[in-house]
Formats: sequence, C-alpha cells, structure tokens
Amino acid sequence: MTASTGTVGSPMAAPATQPPKKVKKNLFPVYLGVGLITLLWTIPSLGLLINSFRQPSDIRATGWWTVFGEIFDSATWTIQNYTTVLEGGFANAFANSLAVTIPSVVIPITVAAFAAYAFAWMDFPGRNLIFIVVVGLLVVPLQMALIPILRVYTNFELNGTFPAIWLAHAGFGLPLAVYLLRNYMGSLPSSLIESAKIDGADHFMIFTRLVIPLSVPVLASFAIFQFLWVWNDFLVALVFLGYDPANRVVTVELSDLAGRGEGTLSLLPAAAFVTMILPLVVFFSLQRFFVRGLTAGSVKG
Amino acid sequence: MTTPPIDQEELVTTPTVPVEEGARDHSFQVWVLRILSALVVPSVLVLFFFAFEFLQQRDLNKLVQVAVALVVGVGGVWALYWGMDRLVSALPDRAGAGVRPFAFAGPAIVLLGFYLVYPAVNTFILSFASDSGEEFVGLANYQRIFTESTYLVAIRNSIAWVVLVPFAAVLIGLAFATLADKLPRRSEVAAKSLIFLPLAISFVGASVVWTFIYRFRPEGFGEQIGILNAIVVGFGGDPVDWLAVPLWNNLFLMVILVWLQTGFAMVILSSAIKSVPEELLEASRIDGANEWQVFRRIVIPGIASTIVVVWTTILITTWKVFDIVYVMTGGREGTSVVAQQMVTEFFTFNNDGMGAALAVILFIAVVPILVINIRRFREQEATR
Repeated sequence: MTASTGTVGSPMAAPATQPPKKVKKNLFPVYLGVGLITLLWTIPSLGLLINSFRQPSDIRATGWWTVFGEIFDSATWTIQNYTTVLEGGFANAFANSLAVTIPSVVIPITVAAFAAYAFAWMDFPGRNLIFIVVVGLLVVPLQMALIPILRVYTNFELNGTFPAIWLAHAGFGLPLAVYLLRNYMGSLPSSLIESAKIDGADHFMIFTRLVIPLSVPVLASFAIFQFLWVWNDFLVALVFLGYDPANRVVTVELSDLAGRGEGTLSLLPAAAFVTMILPLVVFFSLQRFFVRGLTAGSVKG
Repeated sequence: MTTPPIDQEELVTTPTVPVEEGARDHSFQVWVLRILSALVVPSVLVLFFFAFEFLQQRDLNKLVQVAVALVVGVGGVWALYWGMDRLVSALPDRAGAGVRPFAFAGPAIVLLGFYLVYPAVNTFILSFASDSGEEFVGLANYQRIFTESTYLVAIRNSIAWVVLVPFAAVLIGLAFATLADKLPRRSEVAAKSLIFLPLAISFVGASVVWTFIYRFRPEGFGEQIGILNAIVVGFGGDPVDWLAVPLWNNLFLMVILVWLQTGFAMVILSSAIKSVPEELLEASRIDGANEWQVFRRIVIPGIASTIVVVWTTILITTWKVFDIVYVMTGGREGTSVVAQQMVTEFFTFNNDGMGAALAVILFIAVVPILVINIRRFREQEATR
C-alpha cells in the first residue's frame, strides 16, 4: 500500500492496467489444484448453510450431505430454525452487538484522527517518544489490559454497561488507528498544508476542511477493520459484559448455545449464520474496502 | 481477527513540521494548560457515560441508546474538540501554539494511558500477587507456571500452535496465490473470494462451523453427522472422537485457525506476487528456467519481506488465540493454550495473580517483535 495515495488496487483482482494474461496451454493441473483447495475451504461453511435450512429432526439424525437425494422435496427445507433462534435470544443479541459495535467504531476514529493530525503536523514536546510508544502498543496482547480494567470497572460498578465496553474497545483500537492515520496524514504534501496556512487557515480548519476529506480512504479502512474486530470479538465482550442474557452480544450468545450440548444442536447452524450475516454482507458488498481494511499497512502494491 | 502488521515500506517518514513560536515552551503555566486540555475531552466523555448508564438502568430501548451514543460519539466529541480549540485560540498566540497540540493529541494519549499503559504496568505488578491480588507472593505464580503440568501443557501447546499454524497458513496461501495467478482473471477472483471468506467469520462462529466436521457419535448411537466420521465409517472404519485423541486433538483445533488465516496470507502474498516485474520472469524463462526455478529463484526472493510480515502477523494472532479452544474443548483433554488458560484462571477461577502472570508470559513472548517494530520505525525516521 502506497501510503501517499492509500489505494490498494484491489488484491482480489488483477490491476486494471495489467496486460491480459497469456493463457498457457495446459491449465488442467492448475485448475485441479485450485479447485481442490477451494472445495476443501468451502465445504465447512457450505455444510453449515445447508444444515441451517433443514428440519431440526433431520439435523440431529443425518449429515447435511444427505439432502442431495431429496433436494427438490419441499419437506426437506424450513426456516423454522431461524425463527426459533431469533426468538430465543439472538434478536436481542444482534441488537446488543449493534449497540456495542457502532459507537466502538466511531469514537476511536474521531479521537485518533485529531491525535494523528497532531503527530503528523504539529510540533510538541514528547511527540516522537509518544508515537514510538504507540508503535510498541500495537503488538501488546489485549490480555495484559483485562484484569486491571475489570477491577476499575467493578469498583465503579461500570461492569456490564455499554459505555464501559465502548471506551474499552476505543482504547484497544487506538494504537492501530493513530498509527495508520498518522502515517497517512503525514504523507500528504506539506505544500498543501503550508499554502492553507498562508491563506489564513488555522489548524482546526486545515484539519476539518482539508486533511479529513483527503483521508477518507484510510478512515474507511480502519472503520471496516474495527467493525469486524468488534463484531467478531468474544473475549472483551465476555469479560466486560458477561453472560447476563440481557447484555449478551452474538458471539457470547453463540458460545453459550454451543455449550448446551446435544439438545440445542439443531439450532447451532442457524444461530451461527445469524452471527455471521453482517460481516458477510460487508464482505460481499465492500470486498474492495474490506480487503484494504484487513491488509491496511501490509500490502505494497 | 488479524491485526494488520507493520511493513517497513509502509512506514512514512515524519513530515518536516513547521516550527511554531512557543511550541516547545516549557514554562509551568503552559504545562498546566497542556495537561488540562488533554483531560477535558476524556473527562466529559466519562461523565456523560456515567449519566448514560443511568439511562440504561431504566431499560431504555437499545436503538435509542445507540442513537444517543452516536450523537454523542460523533457530534458531541467533535463539538468538544471544537470547543477546546476555541478556548486555546483565546490564549495568547505563543501559549496557544504550546497548548493546541495537547488539545488535539491529548485525549488519545489519556485513553491509551488508561486502557493500555496503566493496565500493562498493573498486570505486571499483579503477577506477583496472590489470587485475590492482595498479598505479595513473589515469584510463586511463575514457579507454578513452570512446574505444574496444567501450565506446562498450555505452554507446550501454544508453542506448537505458533510453529505450525503460521507455517501451514503461509504455505497453503502461497501455493494457492501462485496457482491462482496463472488462471484466467474471472476464475482467479472467484476462487480467491472463497478462500478469503472465512476471514469475515468470528473465531466462535468458526468453531461452530467445525463442530459439524468433528462431531462424533459412538457406534450404535445413530448415524454420524460429522462429515469426517461419516467418511471414516463409509470406508468401514470405527468413528473417532477427534477432539479427545491426545496430542492429535491439538492439531485438529489448529486446522480451524489455518482455515481462517490462509485467506489473509493468500491475499497479501498474491498482491506481492503480482508486483514482481513481469520482465524479470520473462527474462529467466528465456534463459531456460522452468516454472519451478522461476518460482524459487525469482518470485520467492522478490516477496521474501512480505512473507516475513505475513508470517509474523499470523504468529501474533495465533499466540493470542483463545476463542477456538475455549468454545471447542474449554482446554480439556490436554488442549489448553496460554491465552485460554489466562482467561480461565482469572475469569472462571477468580485467580487474578495467576491470570496476570500468564498475561505477562503472553506479553514477554511478543517483546522481540515489539523491539523489531520500534527499531524499524526509528531507522526509517532517521534515514529520511
């Protein structure tokens, strides 16, 4: 990723400028290899998807692959599992996940953007040292932070509240956000900032009118990354929101269901898809940005 | 979830910052203002959230909560920063130039300090404390970790995870990226999307997906609904309880993470492969190199630095993996890993001292990577 533009030519597709590939004569072994790996990688989720639409008794009795004998029999298929799962707590968990995720994405972006601008375009004592600490914090395991924060939260009775988890996610997401945004903002041409200054703009104006609009690609990358991270997170939600049914997010609800044994087996596939649907929608609709978000900082294109 | 790694080439040098009069003023008054301006935004945020918690206790509709949080999270926070900036502008120019950077960067520094730096130091201290965290017990927690079999097994497994998972993910990802690169564009994009898709799935979700692969029923308790056992039985074998087979069960859990991470390795390596100059490949082909030699001698050296970055990233993700083990086995049957054992200790057993000691072990292992990252960063800054 060239930080100066922030655009990764979608790694999913060959760059548009690339000349058409010369198709070699014997592609059969290549197709075989690619097809085999793709098949292996697809079967687990495909099986789950098929299972989620089968009759509960069938899920318990036979494997999903048996549907291929009765695929056109309408008695094979049902959406009953989905309705059961949604009524059984997953609708609530889905709302909780939204309630946790949206502010947890928005707050760190705002805070990090102001900080990144200061690190990139302002001079202040401790500027380099603090940024080096930020670089160091990038790899510090989350586990280092859990116990003391849980203790503070317990003291102030903040445990199990949404604001507590928003701020925690914001704090944990900040190193990456500050790091990415600062590198991006710092690569904007300094002549741009200088001329704005000469025209009489102060820092706040340069930031809001010039730097933020120019930084939209990197802001989007981080937003998608943080969205996936928070939505799919289990550990932070488990520790700070806990197993209280009213507060469960989708991952905690799913893990609880998975732990209940054989009785709820038939609900698991549908439940799993309820937890996956939003990331998958993001995946298919924003594939280009999605890849950029995940690989931000690591792709040289 | 994968944390994007640091790539050396990604690091951008600090731009030359125009010197402003007063930016490095060290007078007492300016420092007081700096600290105040850094604290205002986080304090108002926390105060608001205290008030907000009050709303939550009244069973306020979730969507209303989110809406309020959004208005505050976006509008409120922006307004706060704007207000701070106005206040700073009211100061004399010289003092304003000294204080303003702290109004901008201060809130982030305060949040980082509270959510990462303070807890890290505190965890370190707690690791020398008893289960309640009250009593000082010296190195007793660490002594237990390195002598009791529960913890030794977790450490052994964690090491096996970080050796095998990145290796398998990078190897398969590289093979796939290389092969797919030779296909017509449409097939390539489709195949890559399918390999990449698991990355959107949570570790908990992936564990449920694989539950239906590894499912086991003893003979006589009905048909096998796990595909692996169905295949075994189909070939006339006896069904196996995969997650209970000593040592091998660890391998079966690792497969889940490989399944998730291969897409990440593949996407990044694929774009690296595409950036190897075509002329170089053509030239070596003309010189009589076969495809394997081209791959070994030209492509691999060309993407070596990317391989290292991908490898390190997956290694860190693997080291911190907790969800898969927690959901699939809960660490039973000799499958525990350090990150999961850590949560079990402090969350399930309420043993804060032990949990902290395990967290410190997790941290110490990534210190070399931390040092390398910082060193790279400083080199980059120095050579500009």
